[in-house]
Amino acid sequence: MIKVAIVGAGPAGIAAADALAAHGVAPVMIDEGRRPGGQIYRQPRPELSLDIAALLGAEAENYRRTHATFDRLKDQVDYRPQTLAWGVEDRSLHTVRGKLAETIGFDALILATGATDRTLPIPGWTLPGVFTLGGAQVLLKEHGCLIGRRVVFCGSSPLLYLAAKQYRQMGAEIVALLDTTPFSAKLAAAPALAAAPGTFARGLGYMAALHRAGVAMHHGVVLRAFEGSGGVTAVRFRTQRGEEVTLVCDAVATGFGLRCETQLAELAGAELRYHPVFRQWLPHADVDGRCGGGLYVAGDGATVGGAEAAALTGTLAACAVLEDFKIGVRDIDRAGARRRVARLRRFQRGLARAFAWPAGVMSDLDDGVMVCRCEGVSAGELRGAIRAAFGPTEVNRLKAITRCGMGRCQGRFCALPAAELTAQALNLPLEAVGRLRAQPPVKPLPLAVTLAENAPP
Amino acid sequence: MSGRLVRAVASSGAPVRIFVDGAEVTAYAGESVLVAVLSERDALRQHEFSDERRAGFCLMGACQDCWVWLADHSRVRACTTPVTDGMSILTKPPQGIFQP
Repeated sequence: MIKVAIVGAGPAGIAAADALAAHGVAPVMIDEGRRPGGQIYRQPRPELSLDIAALLGAEAENYRRTHATFDRLKDQVDYRPQTLAWGVEDRSLHTVRGKLAETIGFDALILATGATDRTLPIPGWTLPGVFTLGGAQVLLKEHGCLIGRRVVFCGSSPLLYLAAKQYRQMGAEIVALLDTTPFSAKLAAAPALAAAPGTFARGLGYMAALHRAGVAMHHGVVLRAFEGSGGVTAVRFRTQRGEEVTLVCDAVATGFGLRCETQLAELAGAELRYHPVFRQWLPHADVDGRCGGGLYVAGDGATVGGAEAAALTGTLAACAVLEDFKIGVRDIDRAGARRRVARLRRFQRGLARAFAWPAGVMSDLDDGVMVCRCEGVSAGELRGAIRAAFGPTEVNRLKAITRCGMGRCQGRFCALPAAELTAQALNLPLEAVGRLRAQPPVKPLPLAVTLAENAPP
Repeated sequence: MSGRLVRAVASSGAPVRIFVDGAEVTAYAGESVLVAVLSERDALRQHEFSDERRAGFCLMGACQDCWVWLADHSRVRACTTPVTDGMSILTKPPQGIFQP
């Protein structure tokens, strides 16, 4: 039997495992989470009396279906929770669980690594109480916890509206929702958004519900600072009409769309290409997620797509594996799935316009603000390095000089802003300054690890 | 401010005794170290390269900004590590130990 490894147990990973198992292929599933579901379908911890269906609303049915699928598969997959996949080489996946290291050989590797929020360095973004938007939701879903009592939701993302609605439902005061994209951009994106009318309508519904509840919503704002000493106590912003406003709060959830987790794909040999709409580098794959050399990508780790596209691309990637290893694909409507994915891609491109990355703001960023929160590298230090004689014109060189991107998160949160800052400082297009190359281990490893018993000598 | 996070949902998890910088704190079985500490404190740790205090950021194991120290000098990522009874968490590096 062919050996297939899947990294990630969100909707993409679970759909891939389902399609493989249906054809008699039992994959190994590596999941950093404690329980399957990924971030979007994160399960409440078992001791918690959280009504997840009420919290998820319209998403509850997809949540239920995804977990029902996994429950059905449990005995057909080798599921390994709390396990980090930290490197790939020669058709081997390096993993560690706690202090137990294991290398897993594969014929095919499906990466369903998902995404995190894309964030913007602004003054005060490292203060306690400022969290990512996705993080604020994950905390609520898994632990039934709110990031604070009086919360500002800010950035540029459709999830601002969903998260604010969920937080309100669970008892938080929503101080305001600050969206950096003007409302006119949303109207302009409406035709593209109509490609997924159900999702579009749900988004409008969240917006309307917040409006009815009297939540202050501002579009087209400029976020000036998260203020406070030792913890966030206010958000200062400029309205579209140019007024400076300060709002008191005790927590901030912020996000500017998604940043795809592509490190393992790069280490596995995928070619990364610049995507002008999402303004990031993504693994090059065919319509089914094939990258070549036994590598397949699916879900938000492949490109920004959302949960429905994740599940469909997980199925398509698994079908591609089956086909490449001469196993006939039965009972799966691949053509239908590809058509639906194409529509959802159109929808995502619309979303990227309706909730745009605030391109250009990095050039206004104060010199004193940390861009790399791990190593504490400021915008001024980056600019100083770039302006020096024979200064870097490419981000890997900038990293070598300043340590920006060299810290524990391996550039997950600074690489994109640092690239924007570099491009703006040099007046170059974003793609011209390159991207930080992925390095193993993709996340921190304990120094003391024990090899698993079945490890090769 | 005491706790930064708000437990909005009742838990049936058994109370677990943990120590934060030596002070006893009650947490609940199944909670992460991050939830347990930030439900009682307003920050999680001292940043290594500045005087900033940090309280995590991504809450999903990506940003690595919630690593805390344990009394046995090991380190754990607070957002993905469950609490255990008797766990002794330090929000600053243990004295005299060099940890890059």
